[in-house]
Amino acid sequence: MMSSRRPAWVEAPNPVVTTAKGVVIGLILLIMIYPLAYVILNSFASPEATTTAGLIPSEWSFSAYSTIFKGGIVQRSLIVSILVTLVGTALSLAVTATLAYALTKTRQVPGMRLALYLVLLTMLFSAGIIPNYLVVKAFGLLDSYWSLIIPVLASAFNVVVMRNFFMQLPRELFEAARMDGAGELHIFIKIVLPLSKAVLAVIGLFYAVSYWNSFFNAMLYLNDSSKWPIQLVLNSYVLQGSAMSSMNNTDMYNLPSSQSVQMAVVVMATVPILIVYPFLQKYFTKGVLTGAIKG
Amino acid sequence: MDREAAVTHREATSIRSDPRSSPPSGRMRRLGQALRQHKVIYFLLLPGMLYFLAFHYLPLGGISIAFMDYSPFLGLSGSTWSGLDNFARLFDDPEFVSTVRNTLIISFLQIAFAFPAPILLALLLNSLLNERVKRMVQTVVYLPHFLSWVIVIAVWLQVLGGAGALADLFQQLGLGGVNVMANAETFKILLTSQVIWKDVGWGTIIFFAAISSIPTELYESAAVDGAGSLRRIWHITLPGILPVIVLLLILKLGDVLSVGFEQILLQQPSVGAEAAQVLDTFVYFRGVLGGDWGIGAAAGLLKGAIGTLMIVAANRIARRAGSEGLF
Repeated sequence: MMSSRRPAWVEAPNPVVTTAKGVVIGLILLIMIYPLAYVILNSFASPEATTTAGLIPSEWSFSAYSTIFKGGIVQRSLIVSILVTLVGTALSLAVTATLAYALTKTRQVPGMRLALYLVLLTMLFSAGIIPNYLVVKAFGLLDSYWSLIIPVLASAFNVVVMRNFFMQLPRELFEAARMDGAGELHIFIKIVLPLSKAVLAVIGLFYAVSYWNSFFNAMLYLNDSSKWPIQLVLNSYVLQGSAMSSMNNTDMYNLPSSQSVQMAVVVMATVPILIVYPFLQKYFTKGVLTGAIKG
Repeated sequence: MDREAAVTHREATSIRSDPRSSPPSGRMRRLGQALRQHKVIYFLLLPGMLYFLAFHYLPLGGISIAFMDYSPFLGLSGSTWSGLDNFARLFDDPEFVSTVRNTLIISFLQIAFAFPAPILLALLLNSLLNERVKRMVQTVVYLPHFLSWVIVIAVWLQVLGGAGALADLFQQLGLGGVNVMANAETFKILLTSQVIWKDVGWGTIIFFAAISSIPTELYESAAVDGAGSLRRIWHITLPGILPVIVLLLILKLGDVLSVGFEQILLQQPSVGAEAAQVLDTFVYFRGVLGGDWGIGAAAGLLKGAIGTLMIVAANRIARRAGSEGLF
């Protein structure tokens, strides 16, 4: 493919304008990439190396990572985050897919239209922090890992995207299966789900990213710091630890407050997102647009 | 098992309508029939529906504590009603006034700067002829959207904080210390810059889609008529994406009272509440942490109600102005 073909009616590029655009784009890229590159590269600086604004540390070392993985709260919180992300994503996908499939039956099954409106309506309001907290408390989920999963089990937006996808599947396939005597459950599991791998993958990735990034729910519902996921540890170790030197919470991790260790914690919290990003990017343009407007 | 459930259901309906000795009403019978006929569909509906009822509708009952002298030990049933007392206390609270002011200033800054930024970036990228450069820039600018606020702020701290790269640079140049991240006066500008850094790329996606739906012939005939590239942007591209801009602006206006909750909560300790208390953090600090549940819930309810009114009003205005509106 010709990557820079110019349609006949477009003027030949003006060298001044092209240079100006190049400079602006170069600046944008620098502002976006430099902070991430700085943190990633300098997490490999040895603790003795003096930090500079340069990208390349004066002395390379893995000591920051070996400090983290000696055990202790960072390692434990990574395990918590991984488990919550895996279990949460699986449950969220299951609940979203079954609900979305049931909601495709608004014509055939009484009550489904009402159910669809009830789901859609939740996009317009939120009861607020305190009422949500009281419900989580009433269900006895405080200080339980389930408080990171169950209160955010499904999003109406994802249900709608998946329902739209199911609606587009060719009807003839279902009719043929029904003629052969297949029940609804059979049709859902053996026909609908295998045809929907793409949408399941996208929505699964979005759920996974939101479980991995979840911060405030964990802060609200988990008092016991030994249950904290990585985002919470990152907050109290890097954000609050460096913002308020008077806080003595850096002691409890038994971690040296060296900058490279801080950066290594940031990197560990970021790596899973970087790993799934190429897959995400392949799909999300489509995902955002289906139903982004007029849900 | 499913048949048993259906049978017990039929019994239940007949028991309910039994005392008057009339036969089960047609409606009930039809419901029973539907349940039996579509039991798999109802079964698939159940977990998701229970979730939405329990965690989106049930909490609405908790709003009542905005009108209560609520104590967690007494619970909802044990606490006494206090009418509009919580709201009266709220409006007498000097911190609430500065909270509302902070929220509105931050919102205004974001509408003025963070809202147009993706439009400008989309126009710039759209004017690039080289597809490969365009795609590479997109890959880079979309990424920060997927990072959590904790990560974004941690990264910014490493670059702009008191021990960060910028401070190191200043030290080397003999300019003394600098800590952009803990400056209360410029905090609101910092917040807006962070929002732009994180979401400017993500925001372009929707404008790209709008731009690509403009027919190429329009540009072609404008070019034939002698319109240069800037005039084509002004007279074709911008009018073409105006409906999307209006729609997103409506959404933004409806959300004017909620500004980056996590983003601000995380940074409040380093700049202080005077500069960084907004409605959502007020609810959290006064209600959940401070234990004044009633005033927190009152502030939350006020915010939610005004937000809903705003979005309905903005939608009506947009429709009157000739846009399609949101609903």
